Amino acid sequence: MEFDKEVDASGLNCPLPILRCKKGLSDMASGQTLKVISTDPGSVKDFNAFCVQTGHQLLQLDVDENSFVFYIKKRPD
Amino acid sequence: MAKSLALIASKGTLDWAYPPFILASTAAALDYEVQIFFTFYGLALLKKDLSDLRVSPLGNPAMPMPVPMPNLLQMLPGMENMATMMMKQKIADKGVASIEDLRTACLESSVKLIACQMTVDLFDFKPSDFIEGIEFGGAATFFQFAGESDVNLFI
Repeated sequence: MEFDKEVDASGLNCPLPILRCKKGLSDMASGQTLKVISTDPGSVKDFNAFCVQTGHQLLQLDVDENSFVFYIKKRPD
Repeated sequence: MAKSLALIASKGTLDWAYPPFILASTAAALDYEVQIFFTFYGLALLKKDLSDLRVSPLGNPAMPMPVPMPNLLQMLPGMENMATMMMKQKIADKGVASIEDLRTACLESSVKLIACQMTVDLFDFKPSDFIEGIEFGGAATFFQFAGESDVNLFI
């Protein structure tokens, strides 16, 4: 999947993946896509909750045995 | 309109330093407006130097220990330092943020940190003991924000 920016939150625990994601989105334009890599199993629920509450769109979640990769489209201003 | 969160942080140990800063930084990431009111031992979380924060196994029976240890041993000199060192090591190993990092995240995301003026005076703390960018206020100051907040928690 195509993306405009990547944030690697591997090895970090709650709430750092969410904080890194928020920081990553802050200097992006509406409609751009951020890729976030996390190894925290709790982040699956948390990223869903983050997107539901903030209005950013979770486009895709790829899960392999070691990591979770989120593709998040930044909301309109 | 943005939601808002008002927290009272009343504890000053390494373990209890986490809940207010985790909740505040996460709420800020979710676009909440956030204030934390630090009172009594919670003021320790606003000190410039956080290296004094400790965790005590004494009177804390739920704290996981490598070997079961009776209170009579936990009270010996050095045990608290050892428990604190072990906890800090575990925090680093598991990729859990340090308190400094979470506090910085709060400040960067405009979480308002308020030190309880009464307890500052009570404990003879000086404004210079604390980090920059905090405010000082009393119970009425807290309620001005808390009364309008969606979520209020005492920690």
